[in-house]
Amino acid sequence: MRVARSTMTFQRYLVLAVITVTASCGDTFLARGMKSMGPVSLAHPAELIHAIFSPWVAMGIVLLIGFFASYLTALSWADLTYVLPASSLGYVIMTLLAKFWLGERVSPMRWLGVVFITAGVGFVTRGPSYTDHSAGEPANGQSEVEAAEEVRQ
Amino acid sequence: MSPAIVGTAAMITAVVVTATAGDILTASAMRQVGDLDVIRQRSGIVGAAVAVVTNGRFGVGVICLALSFFSLLFAFSHRDLSLIGPAATSLTFVTNALAAKFFLRENVDHRRWTAAIFVCIGVALLAF
Repeated sequence: MRVARSTMTFQRYLVLAVITVTASCGDTFLARGMKSMGPVSLAHPAELIHAIFSPWVAMGIVLLIGFFASYLTALSWADLTYVLPASSLGYVIMTLLAKFWLGERVSPMRWLGVVFITAGVGFVTRGPSYTDHSAGEPANGQSEVEAAEEVRQ
Repeated sequence: MSPAIVGTAAMITAVVVTATAGDILTASAMRQVGDLDVIRQRSGIVGAAVAVVTNGRFGVGVICLALSFFSLLFAFSHRDLSLIGPAATSLTFVTNALAAKFFLRENVDHRRWTAAIFVCIGVALLAF
């Protein structure tokens, strides 16, 4: 039997916030570092190793390691179909950083995209976060059908 | 259908399939491992890290995510970032919802489908 329930606490919402912030800031820092380095040729892959030691790229990598650790933590107590949309506010943060920090132009269509993502996050975070496969499982090893039959009788 | 369109579709498919396989396998691995908050309280942060990295599904999942990353880089070197990035990312939201329903047996109800589709449309709009 599958039972959807909420496993969220204030601390766990903070983990989702960490996923959102580290993913978006990590990607933005990498982009900032790689832009300042100029184009890297595939003929000279050693330049990529050099890029790792530039401050922006190094900070980006540290943030992305933090992202992966918190993402795995979240997957241990919430469903993938909850964590992915709930942490997609990162795209909104990335758009805001692109506009106000990197000075990029953000078109009305991109703002509409931000609205859609925010609405999607709103939908998923108001529902249950975890599908519990063990809830209501019969202890004596009988199947779900057998258990349902027993309840009906 | 022109070879360019077939090539673009093949590249996007490779990114989406490997990313979905990676996400499903890592999510499945974390289900097997159990609640990391509980493991960390019992065995410390090192114990939690060991529990994760010694899980076989986690290893295969990380390989799939690495393959997805390199297929994305390959696609970027042949097609525009503004096409490949949003197309691959937004499609992955929908394929993940489908795969999570069938492989992880997650309770993907109307609310989660709506969220996945809204985020998918939103990410696609970020390309414009």
